[in-house]
Amino acid sequence: MSEAVSALNGATDEGFVRIAECGLTGMITLRGDLGAAKLKKAVKALCGVEPPARGHVAMADHTAVAWMSPDEFLLMVPYAQADELCAQLDQALAGEHALAVNVSDARAVFRLSGGDAVREVIAKLCPVDMTASAFGPGQFRRTRLAQIPAAIWMPEEGVMQIVCFRSVAQYAFDLLKNAATPGSEVGLFS
Amino acid sequence: MLILTCPCCGVTAEETEFHPGGEAHVKRFGPGSNDDEFHSYLFEKVNPKGVHFERWRHANGCGKWFNAARCTVTLEVFGTYSAQTTEPPQDIKDKISAKRPGWSWREFA
Repeated sequence: MSEAVSALNGATDEGFVRIAECGLTGMITLRGDLGAAKLKKAVKALCGVEPPARGHVAMADHTAVAWMSPDEFLLMVPYAQADELCAQLDQALAGEHALAVNVSDARAVFRLSGGDAVREVIAKLCPVDMTASAFGPGQFRRTRLAQIPAAIWMPEEGVMQIVCFRSVAQYAFDLLKNAATPGSEVGLFS
Repeated sequence: MLILTCPCCGVTAEETEFHPGGEAHVKRFGPGSNDDEFHSYLFEKVNPKGVHFERWRHANGCGKWFNAARCTVTLEVFGTYSAQTTEPPQDIKDKISAKRPGWSWREFA
């Protein structure tokens, strides 16, 4: 098999926050009845965390489960295991009205780090209230990043992760780079 | 700026996160209907000044469709509710009645 590469092959940029494309990240889209006991159990067995509530993301060391919509979870897993875990899910959900698909190569993931300023970079690009009282670690928000759909969450305070479609990865990276240009700090959240 | 709350994911966002889908509660006339009915289904939409019911899609969010009741003059949103309804829920109607007594929209009032 050919060697897999992520959308921007781990590109980085140092602005007033650090921007990094996360490289290969395993992602599984799981659609079905999120309230079904069988599905919840399968997700927990796979990722080691309780499925998150509406608008939230549940994180473990190497995995995460994000609430995408009333009938969709995004499971983030180690890239090399994505196919295998997807097959396990299929097996665990046999007979259920559910669908699990490995979308690892269809998405790009970015990581911003650099303290409270990461909030500012997102606030410049998304119509989302980024004050600490409105958005914090554990929350998961699908929104508009300038002209493209994206989702954001904070693994911890001062770090922001963004997932978008692979086809627009370069656009997203350029946007973030531009928003984090040194000298363009607004200082809203510091 | 119109600010809507998606009833499917609970997110409150401004209108650029959503996509408008035209009038809500349109009754479909398909195969078997006559030309007048089909014409009215396709083209005869209301364009009221005041209370209006619309379909919206949370295009940049959860991707779900929902219905919104709002005022086209003030952009006040009376409420949003499930798209899987054939008429506005009573609590939405009550809210509108409290703010716009005597309102009517198509066959609803």
